[in-house]
Amino acid sequence: MKYMLLIWNRPGFVEGLSEQERTTIFGEVDEIMKELTESGELVGGQALADPSQTRTVRCRGEHPEVTDGPFLESKEQFAGYLMVDCDSEERAVEIAARWPDVRLGFGVLEVRPVMDEAGTEM
Amino acid sequence: MTGREVEDLLRALTPQVLGVLVRRHGQFSACEDAVQEALLAAATRWPGQGVPENPRAWLLTVAGRRLTDEWRSERARRDREVVVALREPAYAAVAPPADEDRSDSDDSLTLLLLCCHPALPRSAQLALTLRAVGGLTTAQIARAFLVPEATMSQRIRRAKQRVEAAGARFVMPSPAERDERLRTVLHVLYLIFNEGYTASSGTELHRAELTGEAIRLTRQLRRALPDDGEVAGLLALMLLTDAHRAARTGPGGELVPLAEQDRDRWDRAAIAEGVALVTEALTWSPPGPYQLQAAIAAVHAEAPTAPQTDWPQIIALYRVLATLAPNPMVTLNQAAAVAMVDGPRAGLALLAPLDGDDRVAGHHRLAAVRAHLLELAGEPAAAREAYLLAARRTTSRPEQRYLELRAARLGDGR
Repeated sequence: MKYMLLIWNRPGFVEGLSEQERTTIFGEVDEIMKELTESGELVGGQALADPSQTRTVRCRGEHPEVTDGPFLESKEQFAGYLMVDCDSEERAVEIAARWPDVRLGFGVLEVRPVMDEAGTEM
Repeated sequence: MTGREVEDLLRALTPQVLGVLVRRHGQFSACEDAVQEALLAAATRWPGQGVPENPRAWLLTVAGRRLTDEWRSERARRDREVVVALREPAYAAVAPPADEDRSDSDDSLTLLLLCCHPALPRSAQLALTLRAVGGLTTAQIARAFLVPEATMSQRIRRAKQRVEAAGARFVMPSPAERDERLRTVLHVLYLIFNEGYTASSGTELHRAELTGEAIRLTRQLRRALPDDGEVAGLLALMLLTDAHRAARTGPGGELVPLAEQDRDRWDRAAIAEGVALVTEALTWSPPGPYQLQAAIAAVHAEAPTAPQTDWPQIIALYRVLATLAPNPMVTLNQAAAVAMVDGPRAGLALLAPLDGDDRVAGHHRLAAVRAHLLELAGEPAAAREAYLLAARRTTSRPEQRYLELRAARLGDGR
């Protein structure tokens, strides 16, 4: 079963961290990624550029309107994702719980099942 | 021979060749890699240059040579590093006496049991079975499971390491352990079948091949264990389910429920084989869950039209299944069958206690069956709500599409 782990955090939270803290966080991320790669659970993942680089496209009348900045005006912004393929939801949640943003309280992770093309007879 | 025929031949030979090598040398992981390399070499050469007279011996020779090369370079590396070899060099670590008279079917079975080792997570058991017994390449398996090849390659490598670390040897486990392990094998084959049992076509062709592969491996297992009723039952269940392939999706890829399928499009040959298998098995084998599910599928298959289905017979079979393998999913299906005989209210009454069962209370299938029964009971508003609930809960796109459509047919609620 594939799960998308959506990472939401406070933009710029890194600015308040010491160099030591930053190194620790990057080290933790590397370690989790290494573990997921070795176990054959990692399907993919990307980090997104700062929310200030976002363009939001919406419909105004008949024409699309493009504005600067993210769609959601919230303290936490979507920062990136991990896609894992694992045997249970519990395992996906366990991975999310270890992510530094969760562990250190800079943000939250959403664990969402990915839709499958297979289906059973009804 | 065409590329396709060569591939079929190679995949049939895979467990035989791997079985011989592992019995001779031990070292499951290294042997498995060597066999894959030999398969690749054959798949490249044979379609153009022709198949050698004894393809099995050819594969054995090539794989054996790869193993020796591997061990030589490994040895050289170790010598360079001046490692004192405390244990014997790899090529001397011969497995228990090679009883070469063992049949190829036995080897396939031993391999299946090894790939479904309890030290492995389920997804690893599936992947390793498809590669080591099924002879699929890592790329093919990765495509079928929609993950990057690197992910699948790592999953298989880890699985082989774990099997070796668990001290598993290429021998038949003790009878008690064998039975336990065999149940896992059947479950793994069933999961492989279901992975490929996809409702949509076109973009998902690679996945559909898993269905055929599961049937092929189950046939192979049946050759090794002709006296096991559950193996026959599983094969029958797969054949009877797969027989609906052409009828279970509409022209737009939408799911067609069993009751509305065009039965002229069912695969009659597969049905005949499945019905014969399960009927025969039930005459001598103690009934098991796969045989009973196959028997239920056989009753459906033999009904000329949906309304002519022998529901009392299906209810009786579900009742036996519920005693043998109590499971809320069985109750769910039983309720649907009871509704066809005693009316939707009777079915709904059977569903009620499932709301208190954690294993199924939040499952889309419960909401979907309830929706269907509410619709039959003439409660469109409640049925619509239940269909929408089921649609939100399923993680299958074709199922969601179907459930949303059923809800829409009951009015948009405005």
